[in-house]
Amino acid sequence: MAVRAVFENSCDIGVFATLTNSYCLVALGASENFYSVFEAELADHIPVVKTSIAGTRLVGRMCVGNKNGLLLPHTTTDQELMHIRNSLPDEVIVQRVEERLSALGNCIAVNDYVALIHPDLDSATEEIIADVLGVEVFRQTIAGNILVGSYCKFTNQGGIVHPKTTVEDLDELSSLLQVPLVAGTVNRGSDVIGAGLVSNDWAAFTGMDTTSTELAVIESIFKLRSAQPSQIVQDMRSTIIDSMM
Amino acid sequence: MEHSHAGGGGTDPSAPGPAPRQWPQQTIGHVLCCLCGINIQPNPANMCVNCLKTQVDITEGIQRQVTVLYCDGCGRYLQPPKHWVTAALESKELLTFCIKRTKGLNRIKLVDASFIWTEPHSKRLKVKLTIQKDIFNGAILQHTFVVEYVVTNHMCDVCTKQAANPNQWVASVQVRQKVDHKRTFFFLEQLIIKHDAQANCVNIKNSNAGMDFMFGNRSHAIKFIDFLQNVVPTKHRSDKSLVSHDTKNNTYNYKYTFAVEIALVCKDDLVILPKKLNTQLGNLGPIVLCTRVTNCVLLTNPQTLQDHYLDAEQYWRWQLKSLMNSRQLTEFVVLDVDVDWRRTTHGGRCTYADVMVARAKDYGVNDNVFHTRTHLGNLLQPGDTVLGYDVLNANLVDPNLDSYPPHLLMDVVLVRKSYTEQRQRRRQRRGKRRNFKLRRLEAEEEEEVVRKNRSRNNEVDPEKEMEEFMDELEEDSDMRSRINLYKAATGQTPSVTETDEEDEVPKVPLEELLDDMTLGADVDMAGGDERPTRDGA
Repeated sequence: MAVRAVFENSCDIGVFATLTNSYCLVALGASENFYSVFEAELADHIPVVKTSIAGTRLVGRMCVGNKNGLLLPHTTTDQELMHIRNSLPDEVIVQRVEERLSALGNCIAVNDYVALIHPDLDSATEEIIADVLGVEVFRQTIAGNILVGSYCKFTNQGGIVHPKTTVEDLDELSSLLQVPLVAGTVNRGSDVIGAGLVSNDWAAFTGMDTTSTELAVIESIFKLRSAQPSQIVQDMRSTIIDSMM
Repeated sequence: MEHSHAGGGGTDPSAPGPAPRQWPQQTIGHVLCCLCGINIQPNPANMCVNCLKTQVDITEGIQRQVTVLYCDGCGRYLQPPKHWVTAALESKELLTFCIKRTKGLNRIKLVDASFIWTEPHSKRLKVKLTIQKDIFNGAILQHTFVVEYVVTNHMCDVCTKQAANPNQWVASVQVRQKVDHKRTFFFLEQLIIKHDAQANCVNIKNSNAGMDFMFGNRSHAIKFIDFLQNVVPTKHRSDKSLVSHDTKNNTYNYKYTFAVEIALVCKDDLVILPKKLNTQLGNLGPIVLCTRVTNCVLLTNPQTLQDHYLDAEQYWRWQLKSLMNSRQLTEFVVLDVDVDWRRTTHGGRCTYADVMVARAKDYGVNDNVFHTRTHLGNLLQPGDTVLGYDVLNANLVDPNLDSYPPHLLMDVVLVRKSYTEQRQRRRQRRGKRRNFKLRRLEAEEEEEVVRKNRSRNNEVDPEKEMEEFMDELEEDSDMRSRINLYKAATGQTPSVTETDEEDEVPKVPLEELLDDMTLGADVDMAGGDERPTRDGA
């Protein structure tokens, strides 16, 4: 299921949280509300960790990870690194990256098998991504935007990209990632998908402004309702995807 | 009626990104409208037009109904605060005016405006406006709507003034100067015209010793008095008389009368200072000449060239009167001049000189000569005629005279050079032409004045007085600088046969004159080749 959440009156929850199949990082807010939303959905299955990165609350934009590992920017303090290492499952590799472009969440979009990265990232970083996260790495842009992490979000099930993405781009990305993609929006027409949405293979969180139409697209492309054996939903999803492509 | 197009912000997907594109063709995809879910082309708001319209109203804050004021008398519209513009129906000017009157248009971009035809009698103007505005994320929304202008009748000031009954005044300013000449009022008239101080006047009347200015409003009268205080030394008092009164509303309706008195001392008058004042001014006098009148009086001692500006307050405290005035000037002939060029004051206008003069009527008759000191050293040459006061022969009555020993009083005080002869010669040659003329105020004569003038066999012809005033203007550039002179439409160029003698007569330089423009109906011309249409007194 996709859940709406808000972090201190900001609908860009992707800035303040990061979610993978094996863990979830959440920023330290003034109240517990934001954390509680994640905890209620996820705490039974994966650890939900409250942390800051490099002293900031911009957890989602600063780091990137999947079920295999987590990459942190070089500005992360030792204390934070230690805290995250201790909180995450042992099989998740946590690593600091010496990368000039330190907002890794904006520069890298990743699922458990493939990563799209900013064209200007270091080749050393590219290798680390491939090794730590265990993914195949592609340098790509989304609808002319080089910040691939901001303008798209994909999981092992599917993904949403910037609304201006052309049909040809969509086909190319889809074939690279091997998952269905759709051009869409979050937060009532916002095109910064990565900032408005966090998701893994079985849960998604979006900003409070997200409309029901947007939520329907998100749920169908990420196959969040597949647990319910509903033929109608299945039909609807395929029609939407058809019309999108 | 309403349509929108997406533009502005966002990156054009067809533009080449940092990564080179191999595809020859880029097809824009579709997204779902974030509100209603229909398939649309992506736009900055990512909403369909209908949803966008429900979300934002770009006409918010723009007046849909505006009241404009229109003067029926002259067919003009009021452009606040007080400018009236002429504009025909459905004209470009009226459209500009209408758009300017609509509030809230500064925040949006106006794309198009046009009139919708309305019946002229309906007192309504309708303008169709098309506006554009940036809404979120750089999307531009365009909207067309109609603004209705309600035309309300409102008489403009000019028409109100024309329609007003000149006898219905509320405040009257009675300006008086108790002297037997009209020079001050001629000059005051020019000052009033130059500063347009009569603008609010309902009516102007010439009365016996001055002029009456009627106003429709008390504050206008007070403004006028303020003006007078700035140009001449005056004192005034006010009175009011109750016209009617409403006990129920506790309102009172008054008529106000302001009596303004102008200082008695005029330019060229001889003044004897009271002893106390003389001491206060550092023995300036006792006999001084008034050389200039503005809102102060400039007193100059012709013997020492010392001077003092006496302001209105001081003037009225001492109640100065003139000992002799310009009517009593007599002509003298200059026999000998001994100029002391080192003693020059007032920017070279006054130079000290010892002069030997004889009365013009004595000249060639007897050997009476006077030796005197004067401030006119820079002007006088032996043989000139000069105007001055014959104090020795004058029959003087003044309480202050007794307080000084007789030797302090001068026998002869020279006032100004006389150009009478030269002027007469010029007139014989060229007629009464002047190269400038003056505007006059439209003033009505009080019947009593006309009667009096007729009965007292008219010692001074007002026309002659006006001529003298204009002669004085020709001689005095200080006076000229305070008023407006207009070119007389003589159409003749200066003749080549002018002799040197004629050039001695001071003339107003052409560059000081203004081109005449007859727009206002409230002033007419005097001087030049035409005769004054209205008498000065």
